[in-house]
Formats: sequence, structure tokens, C-alpha cells
Amino acid sequence: MTATDSNQVTSRRITLSRAYRDGLAEEMARDPSILVMGTDLYERGGHWAQVTGLGPEFGRDRVRNTPISEAAMVAAGVGAALDGLRPVVDLNFADFAFGAMDEIVNQAAKVRYWWNRPVPLIIRGTTGFAGGGAQHNNSLEAWFCHVPGLLVAMPSTPADAKGLIKTALRGSDPVIFLMHKMLTGLRGEAGGPDDLVPFGQATIRRPGADVTVATYGVMAGKALRAAESLAADGIDVEVIDMRTLMPLDLDTVQQSARRTRRLVVATEAYRHGGVGGEIAAAMSESLFGELAAPVLRVGAGFAPVPHSPVLLDALTPGAADIERSVRAAMRAGGAG
Amino acid sequence: MRAHTDITEALPGTGIDLGETSSAEAASWLDRMLLIREFESTAGPLATAGAIPGGMHSAIGHEAVAVGVGSVLRTDDVAAAPHRSHHVALAKGMDPGLMMAELFGKRTGSSGGRGGHMHLADFGVGFFGSNGIVGAGVGLALGAALAQSYRGEPRVAAGFFGDGGANTGRVWEFVNLAAAWQLPLLVVCENNGYAVETRIRDSMAGDSIAGRAAGFGLPAVQVDGQDVAAVHRAAAQAAALARSGGGPTFIEALTYRHLGHDIGERGQYRTAEEVAWWERYRDPIERLRAALVARGDLDDAGYQQAAERARDRVAAAVSAAEAAPLPDPATVTDGVTATELNIRTGS
Repeated sequence: MTATDSNQVTSRRITLSRAYRDGLAEEMARDPSILVMGTDLYERGGHWAQVTGLGPEFGRDRVRNTPISEAAMVAAGVGAALDGLRPVVDLNFADFAFGAMDEIVNQAAKVRYWWNRPVPLIIRGTTGFAGGGAQHNNSLEAWFCHVPGLLVAMPSTPADAKGLIKTALRGSDPVIFLMHKMLTGLRGEAGGPDDLVPFGQATIRRPGADVTVATYGVMAGKALRAAESLAADGIDVEVIDMRTLMPLDLDTVQQSARRTRRLVVATEAYRHGGVGGEIAAAMSESLFGELAAPVLRVGAGFAPVPHSPVLLDALTPGAADIERSVRAAMRAGGAG
Repeated sequence: MRAHTDITEALPGTGIDLGETSSAEAASWLDRMLLIREFESTAGPLATAGAIPGGMHSAIGHEAVAVGVGSVLRTDDVAAAPHRSHHVALAKGMDPGLMMAELFGKRTGSSGGRGGHMHLADFGVGFFGSNGIVGAGVGLALGAALAQSYRGEPRVAAGFFGDGGANTGRVWEFVNLAAAWQLPLLVVCENNGYAVETRIRDSMAGDSIAGRAAGFGLPAVQVDGQDVAAVHRAAAQAAALARSGGGPTFIEALTYRHLGHDIGERGQYRTAEEVAWWERYRDPIERLRAALVARGDLDDAGYQQAAERARDRVAAAVSAAEAAPLPDPATVTDGVTATELNIRTGS
């Protein structure tokens, strides 16, 4: 391999944030009805470099700096979507959705059910546990999954971030698009202009025979690390990345768990009352007689996200937690 | 400017000035106001009797606000309304049959029985919906104004809300963004003096709602909401400004609802004398009728014919709604999203 070849290979490995940005830029170039609005977008490129350079490239009509008025930006997004545009409202932090919950839950989500009207609105936010304390690190995916009318995407790789935002921008449903803080700089290859990732199709990140781990977002990478560690002890883990949480591809999880007879569901979000519980319940209902072990859940303890790094570490589920649950699943019910 | 009009500080005179308004246009206002009055007078008792399920918010008394603003809106302009919305829908041109069937919860209603009286909409005539959340309709109109501005179309959007909504934060976020971006939006506050049963004087700081709006740097006017010609003039000026790229206008219309906040209300928060005063001296339909009579444009027979036309249309809407099929219960989870969700409802 020449140096040039090596550089080309390196340049294709872009960050998740860049992949999202590229997907958005490609769609904006092909569809003039797409505009993006939020705070600090035009010059700064967003707080997560998620729209870097799009301001000068597309102009102030299409990359709009808004006041810190979440209700107004989302309401304007809903109304503009009803009038034929495809707005992307970028909240920077998903936590700021609290200032627009009525606009998201009571307006955007319900329009199609009432009026059979497309609402091609994307609401993007960066989410998940990191430093910065309790008010900037909420995990809201379960909230939004509990609202009929919203789709929820939570990519774990650059390729999925790009492919999912492109699909969202060609659809006609309101989409909550959540990108984890700790994945912002994650590098990987991403697809080309026509590589779309469908909603509602989980992917098997690692095939395995002994235990299925169903997960999404930042936990996908942790599950893969746990799987490598467990492989050293002869435990063969299959890792499923859900990619979208609404729709939720339970069929792929069911097929896998029927084969492995053991299922661990891993989320960073609180173990209590979350998406993991929904997956676990659905599989317990449909596979009760076929499983060799109870479905186990990995998730955060029930506390606001703390500031001190030692407390944050104590709350955040890691690869070791997944590994522990997989071993527990292997012990329960004896050898498969 | 004033918070609202008490009977103790009555506006001068009851007459209204039609100015240069043509006889045909003024007659069309009367027709539309009578249609609203008849629709509300018919639907209210049907709701009380249980033929129409759920509650209802009657707009009797508010007719001039909706018709005055609606008179300057074209079919492809947009209007969005709050929970009290039938007058806005009818003023924007929505078919009373579609509305009545929706109130009855029938398959032929504007959302097939899925919405009800707080979620009427007809995008074909630019009615972007009633809304159960106070102030929220202004936000949808704001978005439509953004889309219109983005595409460079000379269309406008009107967002209606009430004095109760004037104490929500979202409304002022909307007004600020509309003013900051100079969007073609008419923000129309129907100030009827009461947020449900709370008097505006007891709940609002400052002198007036329009006074608050003026702080956002857009034209903010207060008009007599029981005078359709005055509302029309304010709206015409606002729409002309918006269509020419001059940005939004805030219109506060002082009005009064003759009935309670919702159908069947037995409130103790206002006196019978107050209600009677508004009905006797500030009925928007009677004021328009008197002005038309004074100008020689209308006689008793003409008025009765107009009222008869309204009765016929509403009676036909009720008959059709009564005869219409109910929605199929098996469809209750259909069409939540365009994307197939494949939600499991059991094992």
C-alpha cells in the first residue's frame, strides 16, 4: 500500500459527527425544502460539530441561528413541515427538548393520526451520560418511544448516523434523532450518497452462538468489548444493535434469542422503566418456554447524572456490567 | 390601552363604521357571522344532550374577530386557532358539514372522528387546526409563515390565541421569533377577559397584552373585537404589511364570550348583568346589522333570509352527521406514522 492509498483509507474513516453532517449536506443539496435551525449553527457549526461548514455552504436561509427558544424552533418546525418544508431542528443537547415537549408530543406526534398529514420534521439532539452534571446528560429515548407518532433513531456508528439521517430526511414522519456525546468523535467508514439505512432494521454487529446481547447507541461498542473478553473464556456472544428504537426490530432479537436461548438487554439509560424493559418483556412473552435463562437487563442505577467522575463512573454501565450479566445468563439454567 | 373593557367603562356608542366597505362585502361578513352563530347555537345543545361526545368551547360573541381577520385571508393563506376555534375554521372557509361530522365522532368528519372539536383542520382551505393547548396554534402559524417566507411567497399566516395564552411563555417565544425573522404572521389575541374562570385583571401584570407585544418591536394594535369593520381594517393593514415583506403584526381584539368557557358551565365568576350588557350593547352581529340597516343595505326581510341560509346549512350539516357511519374500531391504531411500526400488542 502506498502512502497515498493509506491516506485515502484514513480519510474515509470519519467521525460520527462528520458522517451525520455529510448525510445532512448531501440531502440538503438534493432537496431545497430542507433547512436546519437551532442555536449556534451558522458560524459555530453546532455544539458537536454536527453542521460544521454548512452555514457558508448553504446560506443563512437554510442554516438558521435561532434564539434560545426551543418551543418556538420546534413549533416553527412543525408548522413549516405542515406547509411543505423538511425542517431539521437541532437542539444541540437533547435535554433542551424539555422546553419544547408540548410542541414535540402534543403537536408533531399527533398530526398524522388526526389529519393524515405528513410531518417531515427531524429533531436532533446529543444525548447520554458524560461530564457536565445532571441537566445536560439525560437519556430521553424511552420518553419519546412512549409517544405514538414519533420515530426514534440512535446510531452507534458513523455509517448508521449518515444512513439513518438520510432515510429520515426522505421520510414523512417526525423523527427524534439522538447521537451519544461519547460517540461524537468515533471514527469509522460511512456510506455514499445513496447508502440509506432503513428504520426498524437491527443489525448483528457480532455473530455468536451462546448468548444474545441486544443493545444500541454507546452500549454497542461496550457490548463488543465485553464479547471479546468473554470469547477468551469460550463464551460466544451475539451482539445486536437496534439502531432505531421506534420502530423497534424485535424480530431480529427474537430470532437470535431463540437460537442462543439466552438474552441480555443492555442500555446506558436507566434500567428501570426503559426501552430495555420493553425488549425484555416482549421476549419473555414470546420465548418463555424456549429460553434457558431469564432475560437479564443491564442499565444505569436510578439517580440523576452526578458531577464527580467517580460518581459518574459508578452510575454508568460499562463493558464489565455486560460481561457480568452474560456470565450470569450462562450460569442460569446450566449449560445450553 | 386597556386590559379589557368593563361595562363601567363602556366604549363610546354601539354603532360601527363600515367606511368604504362595499355592500356585497359587508353582506358576506354578515352571512359568515350568522353561520358561526347558528353553528354554535346548534352544536352546543347537542353536546349538552350527549349527541356530540366530549365538551365544547362556544365562540358565540367572538364572531367579528374571526370574520374580520378571515376577510383579508385568501384560501392559500393559513390560519390556526386554539381550543375555541369553530368561528376561525368557518371564517377560513371550512365546510360546516366536515366540522359537524367530526364533532359527532363520525367517519366522515375532518379527521374521521380521531380529533374532535379541539382538533379540526382543513388544509385545503388553509386551516391548520384547532388546538387543545393554549397558544400552540400561534406556533403552527409561525411555522407556516416561515415556509411562506422561505419560498418567497406573498402568503400570510394568522395565529389566534386568547388572553389566557398571553400568560404562557411559548406565545412570546413565537412573537419574538416572528419579529426577529420578519415573518408574514398575524398574531391575533382574542381577549375575552377570562382565562376559563380567571379574570384577566387578577392574573395579568402590565397594562395590556398589546402593550407587552409592542416590546418585541412589531406593530401592536388593540381593536374593538365586537366591531367587524374595525377588525377588518386592522387585519387588512397587517396582511398588506406582511405580504410586502414588512413582517408580523400583533392584533389584540377585545371581545367577550356570551356563554361559559365550555358548554354546560355554571360559573360564578361573572355577573348576569355583565353578560347581559355585552349581549345587549356589544353583540357583533347586531352591530353589523344596525350599520347595514342605517346605510340602507339591509332590511328585515334581507336579514331573515340571511339567517335562514345559515339555519339551512347547519341543519344539513347535522342531518348528514347524524346519518354518517361511525369509524371502524379496528382502525384505531392505523396511520399513527407513515413508517410501519409493527408494535406487538400481545404475545
